[in-house]
Amino acid sequence: MKRLSLVSVLFASVLLAACGTSQTKAPIEDHGAPTAVTPAPVPATPSGPQVETHGLAPGAADQSQSLAGQGPSGIEGVNAADAAKLKDSNNILSKRIVYFDFDKFAIKPDYRALIEAHAQFLKSHGQAKVVLQGNADERGSREYNMALGQRRADSVKQAMSVLGAKDEQMETISFGEEKPAAEGHDEAAWQQNRRTEIRYQGE
Amino acid sequence: MAKTTGLKQCSHWAALLCMLVVLVAPGVAQAGMTIDIVGGGASQLPIAITPFRQPGETGLDPAQIVRADLERSGLFSLVDGAGLGAPGEAQTAPFPQWRARKADALVVGQVGTLPDGRLDIRFRLYDVVRQSQLAGFSYAVAPAKARAIGHKIADIVYEKLIGVPGNFSGRIAFVLKHQGRYELQVADADGYNNVAIMRSPEPVISPVWSPDGSRLAYVSFERKKPVVFVQDLASGRRKAVANFRGSNSAPAWSPDGKKLVLALSKDASSQIYRIDAEGGSAERLTKGGALDTEPAFSPDGNWLYFTSDRGGSPQIYRMRSAGGAASRVTFDGAYNVSPNLSPDGQRLTFIHQDSGGFHVAVMELATGQVQTLTDNPQDESPHFAPNGRSILYATRLGSREVLATVSVDGKIKQRLSLTGDLREPVWAP
Repeated sequence: MKRLSLVSVLFASVLLAACGTSQTKAPIEDHGAPTAVTPAPVPATPSGPQVETHGLAPGAADQSQSLAGQGPSGIEGVNAADAAKLKDSNNILSKRIVYFDFDKFAIKPDYRALIEAHAQFLKSHGQAKVVLQGNADERGSREYNMALGQRRADSVKQAMSVLGAKDEQMETISFGEEKPAAEGHDEAAWQQNRRTEIRYQGE
Repeated sequence: MAKTTGLKQCSHWAALLCMLVVLVAPGVAQAGMTIDIVGGGASQLPIAITPFRQPGETGLDPAQIVRADLERSGLFSLVDGAGLGAPGEAQTAPFPQWRARKADALVVGQVGTLPDGRLDIRFRLYDVVRQSQLAGFSYAVAPAKARAIGHKIADIVYEKLIGVPGNFSGRIAFVLKHQGRYELQVADADGYNNVAIMRSPEPVISPVWSPDGSRLAYVSFERKKPVVFVQDLASGRRKAVANFRGSNSAPAWSPDGKKLVLALSKDASSQIYRIDAEGGSAERLTKGGALDTEPAFSPDGNWLYFTSDRGGSPQIYRMRSAGGAASRVTFDGAYNVSPNLSPDGQRLTFIHQDSGGFHVAVMELATGQVQTLTDNPQDESPHFAPNGRSILYATRLGSREVLATVSVDGKIKQRLSLTGDLREPVWAP
């Protein structure tokens, strides 16, 4: 096995650049991308997710976009007492995660009570909305796992819909394998990652 | 915009400082990118690449780049030219000396400085056995372009000696995950000159180049759900082109660069749609209760290959690019996903699962014959190089995610790594 390290190339270019100082008065055109060692320093993140983009053209302005985080405004149409139930660890409404078997999206009987409770809550709070976030374990294609996570979210939605929650109260999305609950690379981690999470909007 | 050498040098010194920090306190700052060559071709062509003669101090020797590129391809062995010096770009080369060292080919060159400050880079490629010139060019370029010219020379040498164009001048895009943050990066094919074109605290997946190389489409989770963006590379400006209810993912450019085909969940779990590359309404191309995703165009634009579980397990299918009936393409095994077509349209690369895990495979579309090229347990995202000779993919080295390439015959492999996890690689067109 051969091993070429770009560190040495960088060192060489540093030395050569240093040698070149005396003769270079004329400005030099640089049409290429700026040289960078990666990852470049990242500025401190303000509250809420911040995304920056960077143009490759010389002079292209860096653009950043600050996105407001979710406010503490509470869940629409839900009074404080009912909202507290969603967080009360003695209340089944505080249980938010439905787990799945490998490459499966069928809801196991263990989760029937949990799904019934949330469906009932949505039915009695017609203004409340949930996002159902489907997830997959890390094995296989990221995009196929997006589709699989989507179907896991959709199967929870379908079950809640049968139990009286309205379609417009539920948005299903997938995080695929991108938001693991457990970071490991074994079945113990994977089984925690094959899941749908129920999140109330405004929570 | 003009940039002074002083500034350029600052960036080099910043790089040096960064390296020193690494040497003093490993794990604190970033190390440079490393390339490991894992295998080599059965027969390697012996080539001598002399240092380019440089009368002044003009910077990087392009010969270093040519050597690194050709060696990395696995198709060449470098002949030691110690003691033979830098003959420069002469019209006659000392062939017997090189023949004695068993070189079949010889590259000589030189770098001069023009009155306007540009470099004059010249090279000649010789067939040592026949004692004849195979190629010779001169370039007048800004000093910052010396590296790019090195890659261009390597491309020419490769094409003259191997018979197909080289990939060394190409660019790649990939996602870097480091310390819980995500960067979409664009780099030279050797990983050098890497630049973050987008940074986010949330995941980014599935970058794909527009056919003219001027834009990248990708999926970003920054809005707490998957949304497809198109970003102009030169300006850094971007637009959310698919932000429908549900998930938006798996973008693929039509060969004319006007449309995107992608997976949406607005009507059913995951179906394939077509939208304008500028955004707008979505036209549904697949119908049914199955999961359909990962669309990939054939180079002529007539066909869409995609992954579907309509047969009970994820397999690759194809349909006319306007939609309609689909026929199954992969049959062997219970998990075949992530289709990508070779630039000549004759081969399909995809991820195939067998008892050893998820591997890169290639199918000859005319015969249906499949060859598995890799034996790592977790390979992902295979994409053909523009010359169709190698496939870039993502793999794992222990718990680290790295990039790798494999030649279409499976014989030559290399890995490209950096501090942090590298994933979702794709060649620029």
